[in-house]
Amino acid sequence: MIDFSLAFAYLGAGIGVAGATIGCGIGIGKLASGAMEGVSRQPEAVGDIRGMMILTAAMIEGVALFSVLVCVLLIFATKTIGS
Amino acid sequence: MFLYNFLSLALFDPEQTGHKEEGAGFILEHVQDYVIFEIPPILGIDISITFHVVMMWIASIFLILLFSLSKRQMGMVPRGMGNLLEAIVLFIKTDILDPYLGKDGMRFAPYLLTAFFFVLVCNLLGLIPGAGTATSNLAVTGSLAVLTFFIGQSAGIRKKGFGKYMKSFLPPGVPGFVAPLVFFIEFIGVFTKHFALAIRLFANMMADHLIVFTFLGLIIIFKSFLVALLAVPGAVALELLAVLIALIQAYIFTMLSAVFIGIALSEEH
Repeated sequence: MIDFSLAFAYLGAGIGVAGATIGCGIGIGKLASGAMEGVSRQPEAVGDIRGMMILTAAMIEGVALFSVLVCVLLIFATKTIGS
Repeated sequence: MFLYNFLSLALFDPEQTGHKEEGAGFILEHVQDYVIFEIPPILGIDISITFHVVMMWIASIFLILLFSLSKRQMGMVPRGMGNLLEAIVLFIKTDILDPYLGKDGMRFAPYLLTAFFFVLVCNLLGLIPGAGTATSNLAVTGSLAVLTFFIGQSAGIRKKGFGKYMKSFLPPGVPGFVAPLVFFIEFIGVFTKHFALAIRLFANMMADHLIVFTFLGLIIIFKSFLVALLAVPGAVALELLAVLIALIQAYIFTMLSAVFIGIALSEEH
């Protein structure tokens, strides 16, 4: 009887990171497009918009890293049957 | 700079790690904490000195020396290192304390400034090869988040009184039948927000270092030096990104701490 627990763990980790990356990419893409539009409408607000853009990008990445954390836990802490 | 990382990974024989079932386990062991000096448990609590504890001590001693030696240069017109530190402290005051904490904000300046400089120095110390990041340990970031929680909520309870503090979880204009649910969600939300504060800093720091070690560990896993042509530039780029992320995460931690304290103190509801 083959033990699939490690295989499923790696598969789950891979799919989880894929989903997190897609969500994070879409989120930061929308953020960047809003920032570009804001700067193009009012070029003298570049300083404020730049600061807020970097800040909110880091917070959206934080959400993606929550799921990376779960996937790293899946990879390194899965026990096989009998261990 | 990466020769040390490369050598420390290369001298690590994957088959001797024992409890890991394949060769990639040695990557995680470079990011985790390990005991340096064993102390027998006191009252059931294990207080052995670990690597991250030593890194926190180094960061604290560095900060104490930095600020006390720059104090001589303060005065009417600061110069030198005092000038730089005053610029950073003023930046935090105008960007974090004034918008979110209002006129009462200087009360929390000691804690927030300490948190900012401690997280910043801990993050940046981890980028030196051979040293570790204290903030890549969930215990350290969890303790900082617990401090923010206690400081913020106790200030809110003291200012508003316990009854009004509990009532602030219920926004006005909520229909009667969902009021308990909204209250419950807002109450749990306080704990969730502080927990996310800890996890955000921990995951960012751990992921940065883990991915640099993974890139260099690929050379070991593939057992060929040709991978180094791709892996080392990638690791350099990611290390530079880690510098940026260290600065940003220190700023975000302090800003969100100020926001949560401000929410606990606010009287809009």
